[in-house]
Amino acid sequence: MSSKRIKTPDRKGRFGQFGGRYVPETVIYALDELEKCFNTIKKDKLFKKELTALLKYYVGRPTPLYFAERFTEYLNGPKIYFKREDLTHTGAHKINNTVGQILLARYMGKKRIIAETGAGQHGLATATVCARFGMKCVIYMGTEDIERQAPNVDKIKLLGAELIPVHSGSKTLKDATSEALRDWVTNVRNTFYIIGSVVGPHPYPMIVREFQSIIGRETKQQCRNQLNGLPNIIIACVGGGSNAIGIMNAFIKEPKVKLIGVEAAGYGLKSGKHAATLSLGKPGVLHGSLSYLLFDKNGQIVLPHSISAGLDYPGVGPEHSFLKETRRVVYETVTDKQALNAFKLVSKLEGIIPALESSHALAYIIKAKKSFKKNQNIIVCLSGRGDKDMGIIEGL
Amino acid sequence: MANRIRDRLSTLGNRKLLIPFFTAGYPDLKTSMEYVRIAADNGADMVEIGMPFSDPLADGPLIQHSSHIALQNGVNLKSILNGVKRLRSNLSVPIILMGYYNPVRAYGDARFLKEAKVSGVDGFIIPDLTIEEASDFNKQIKKNDLSAIYLVAPTSSKKRIKMISEMSTDFVYAVTVTGVTGTGKIFGKETDTYLKKLKSILDKPFVAGFGVSSPESAKRLGKYCDGVVIGSALVQIIKNAATKKSSLTETGKFLNNIRKAL
Repeated sequence: MSSKRIKTPDRKGRFGQFGGRYVPETVIYALDELEKCFNTIKKDKLFKKELTALLKYYVGRPTPLYFAERFTEYLNGPKIYFKREDLTHTGAHKINNTVGQILLARYMGKKRIIAETGAGQHGLATATVCARFGMKCVIYMGTEDIERQAPNVDKIKLLGAELIPVHSGSKTLKDATSEALRDWVTNVRNTFYIIGSVVGPHPYPMIVREFQSIIGRETKQQCRNQLNGLPNIIIACVGGGSNAIGIMNAFIKEPKVKLIGVEAAGYGLKSGKHAATLSLGKPGVLHGSLSYLLFDKNGQIVLPHSISAGLDYPGVGPEHSFLKETRRVVYETVTDKQALNAFKLVSKLEGIIPALESSHALAYIIKAKKSFKKNQNIIVCLSGRGDKDMGIIEGL
Repeated sequence: MANRIRDRLSTLGNRKLLIPFFTAGYPDLKTSMEYVRIAADNGADMVEIGMPFSDPLADGPLIQHSSHIALQNGVNLKSILNGVKRLRSNLSVPIILMGYYNPVRAYGDARFLKEAKVSGVDGFIIPDLTIEEASDFNKQIKKNDLSAIYLVAPTSSKKRIKMISEMSTDFVYAVTVTGVTGTGKIFGKETDTYLKKLKSILDKPFVAGFGVSSPESAKRLGKYCDGVVIGSALVQIIKNAATKKSSLTETGKFLNNIRKAL
């Protein structure tokens, strides 16, 4: 299957039937320009050199592949390794993408940067690179997320970014994204939109994949050194899906490596309050692309729910829809409660406080531990650190 | 069944098109359909009916508001088609449905366009369906002898303007500003230049919309194109009106003034 995999996305930005560009005409020229510049810059030696240096000295890469000894003992099953994206500068994988896109913005001569954020990690990572490169930065964030991810809000402001609260709709990532798109449509001539996940119109899913793929490339190399070969299973949480694509991309063509994405089941799949887009959604159009989506019988978007602000989104990146339909990746779910238990357990066992997003991937291992074998090696993408979630935990 | 848009365009002469927009279901479905009739009586050449969507990303605060209320009122594509059908018993003004793609796609392009035609709809504007993604949709447009109206923007290249013109069945919609609906912008030289450029490239009639809010702005834009679309300004009038009844009167008066200025 995977060896015959055609190159994605195709020229029209399609992953199979998914992806494309469903946006107001006003921004089409900007997407064309972005695609052209990205294709030029990614082959440029100076760009590569600068990006590599930033990733090493500023972001702190490579991040370790860590053997979670006591979590492994607790499970009494497979060996668990964490890919420590929580140890990057700003504490999540999001910065891999923003350092790449800020270089692209500078190359394109754009001076004003906008971004949407849910958990605040992408907002923080964007505000950080804007400070580093002296760019004007505007972050859109839903008011519910501003409340539940307060530490990141304070950091974003400290870094000199303007934070615009979004009161419409669900007051979370969905509406922050809509507002960011409205800003882009309005200020498209001087503004660069740094999208934080593998979502949005083409070429964004491709660009974000490119910048996040460093996670998987490092993991593969580390597996060679530390495990003497490939891992058996890779597990990552999926909201928009950028940490998952990031760690999985290098393994897509390795059919022996099983890939598992974990979505947020919120209060449970039957509760109607979840963010399990791939598990329970259907193909639809939102925020610029065709992908799995949560909507009602009238085509109106259904408000998702997850305890984790980063997974609380009704859509998912188009490549994940493609990977689901081609069955290269299996998508599972865990509830808020299961994620919280994993959050607490791993904090106590490993001295690592994982983000609530990443806790979904950890929770799945606990949930499905009987399905794994003792001789298997499992890599979990520990996409971010959990200090930002202390407010949510205290509020429970 | 004839296409009323084509008929209207063929008898237009020097008259500029006045195309008001109303969100179906705002403030309620029945009243919103009455605006269509009021508009026809006060100089509208065609009427756009907005199909509300939960996430209208090309729209400013006013149409976000009207869409939100309309959805709270339980409006859906089926009830909009029924509303149009009822109007059609004694109303001949061309009707264009405008809305985002997901509800249409969820209904099914083929089924929806067929039912729309039967209900008396004449054309469609789907602002997030770019020409690259529209080939299947356009097949259904042709099959049902409907009109597809695509948008050009100030940022569209000459090549794209031509492609958009080709995809549009009868006329083209020119977005006047880089931005969302309802900016209420004072139009300057830049807009004149842009519209003049369109005139020289397009071989189809075109109307200007986004930000047209007064008789003055309508008149100004009308000089360089074949007509104007007015949306958010009407939502504002309806929102400000003391009663539903007075919103009908105010709407009629406002459109009548625009008509005179055009």
